[in-house]
Amino acid sequence: MNNVAETLIPKIGVITDVRIDTPDIKTFRVVTRDGKKAFDHRPGQCAMLSVPGVGEAMFSITSSPTNEEYMEFSIKKCGCVTEWLHQAEVGQEITIRGPYGNPFPVDDVFAGKNMLFIAGGVGLAPLRSVINYCRHYRDRYGSIDIVYGSRSKDDLLDYKEIIDEWATDSGVNVHLTIDNAQEGWDGHVGFVPNYVKELGFSTDKTAVLCGPPIMIKFTLEGLCAMGFDKTQIYTTLELRMKCGVGKCGRCNVGSKYVCKDGPVFRCDELDELPDEY
Amino acid sequence: MRKCSLDKLDLVFAEIAKNAELYLPVDGSDGGAVYQKWTEGTKRSEKLNTVKSPKDFFFPQTEDLMAFKTEGKSIDVIDTRKAAEDFVVFGVRACDVKAFDVLDRVFMVEPQDSYYTTKREHGVIIALACNKPSETCFCKTFGIDPKEPMGDISAWETDSEIFFKANNEKGEALLSKLSGLLADCADDAADAQKEKIDAIMDKLPLKGLTTEGFGGGKTEELFNRPEWAELSESCLGCGTCTFVCPTCQCYDIKDFNTGNGVLRYRCWDSCMYSDFTKMAHGNNRLTQKERFRQRFMHKLVYYPENNDGLFSCVGCGRCLAKCPISMNIAKVMKKMGGKASE
Repeated sequence: MNNVAETLIPKIGVITDVRIDTPDIKTFRVVTRDGKKAFDHRPGQCAMLSVPGVGEAMFSITSSPTNEEYMEFSIKKCGCVTEWLHQAEVGQEITIRGPYGNPFPVDDVFAGKNMLFIAGGVGLAPLRSVINYCRHYRDRYGSIDIVYGSRSKDDLLDYKEIIDEWATDSGVNVHLTIDNAQEGWDGHVGFVPNYVKELGFSTDKTAVLCGPPIMIKFTLEGLCAMGFDKTQIYTTLELRMKCGVGKCGRCNVGSKYVCKDGPVFRCDELDELPDEY
Repeated sequence: MRKCSLDKLDLVFAEIAKNAELYLPVDGSDGGAVYQKWTEGTKRSEKLNTVKSPKDFFFPQTEDLMAFKTEGKSIDVIDTRKAAEDFVVFGVRACDVKAFDVLDRVFMVEPQDSYYTTKREHGVIIALACNKPSETCFCKTFGIDPKEPMGDISAWETDSEIFFKANNEKGEALLSKLSGLLADCADDAADAQKEKIDAIMDKLPLKGLTTEGFGGGKTEELFNRPEWAELSESCLGCGTCTFVCPTCQCYDIKDFNTGNGVLRYRCWDSCMYSDFTKMAHGNNRLTQKERFRQRFMHKLVYYPENNDGLFSCVGCGRCLAKCPISMNIAKVMKKMGGKASE
């Protein structure tokens, strides 16, 4: 009996590094006990992490599949499981299962395209995987623009990586913004959707959005006003999940299950779903 | 087809119970029928159907998934799955048998749910035709015929005899073990009984209820209809309909601290509950209207869209009998789609 595969039974993951990104976001590095990646994944896919006795929750895998040593998860403290993880130390074991969901179409649809990534707050977590994938296979993609905003400069996720690595890549333009003016910040101030409008991107790009629902809504409207078609815009959704494989019913919206049919959706596909995600 | 007289049925049960656990509906202490393990002297219920559906046999109300041992920073996962034992369920009605098809398309598609699948493989279903369909029955609306129940073995009962027909190898294997107790008979031996069932079906109040207006591709048409507000207005969100429903399959996964480790189990959950979709950062179904709509849209539109038109309702009528405010899927269907004939 025990040799029958069962997706609900997780593997053990070991937290080997905890990076404090912002006051409420930490990035956890996870490997198996023998120091390997728990499984391979594609950019945009997710994993179920759990702390036995506390709970299990779905997180996007923020590291790129091109990282062959470990997986990373950028996790915002906002519920039981995340609060517990935030007090965890290096060496702590957790459980991990996955990968779940549909990835971004990085190898077909995105190939050869000029890419525009737009993220707000912890919404950068799922995009970091695809951004670093595109940077790794730089010659497969055209120009890369990254618009990223958060409440304050202290809330910008992976700030050092963005400045030291992303912004110095050739053909990669990074546009940062924070909601309100702040001492020590001489960059752009204002909300992401407005900044996107000010920047005014040409419609030869494929856009990928992730952030709070309100940011996605207004950014999507802004892009469409600029002449983008919804078939050029991708986003990734988040709903409550338990099983991760389309059976427990929790993330069902219309005829789709966000855990297996998403979390990545093209924005015209979202129009076909009832408005409750 | 094979048969025996009803007064020999206990001998048949005894023979089955020699090799496998046998379950059948008996009258429970509160008056409703419940599935119970057969032992010598167990009296079979004469009620039309059980209060809870037989989905419990494959998808129990609560079920251990695994256990964990934690020590310091270390965690061990313990696979608590056991080898399933063969079992037989007697007396499952046509509607509930069809409901297993609905659940199979959830739990047995990749990645297969091993908990459900192993139980399904080890269970033999003896389905029994309904001699007295009731006024809450509307299985025919979903193309189910109460006089032709499927399952591994179909059975028909008259005042004096019971007839069996195997529908697959599993059923044939069981019937062959009973050969000493059963006599061969003509395939049309139960036809007179079937005609009686048809005559009752013809008089049922929900006979004209149709699926017209529902099915895959109807989301846009139905989702924003104003009727949802009125239909859901008095819904208490108690979830009774989902718990008695033979096709509802939503579940929760919970951890229980045993004091000596952690037990991870799953249990039935309900899309009618306010915290079903509630996450740390919000809830995408804030009102009972949205939750109510989700249940019926899933059964009548979303599920058929993903499953070749198969509806996730079998017309068993349990929700009609049990809803404390008398709201149910038949009323939703009448209001939103096809009409029941007068």
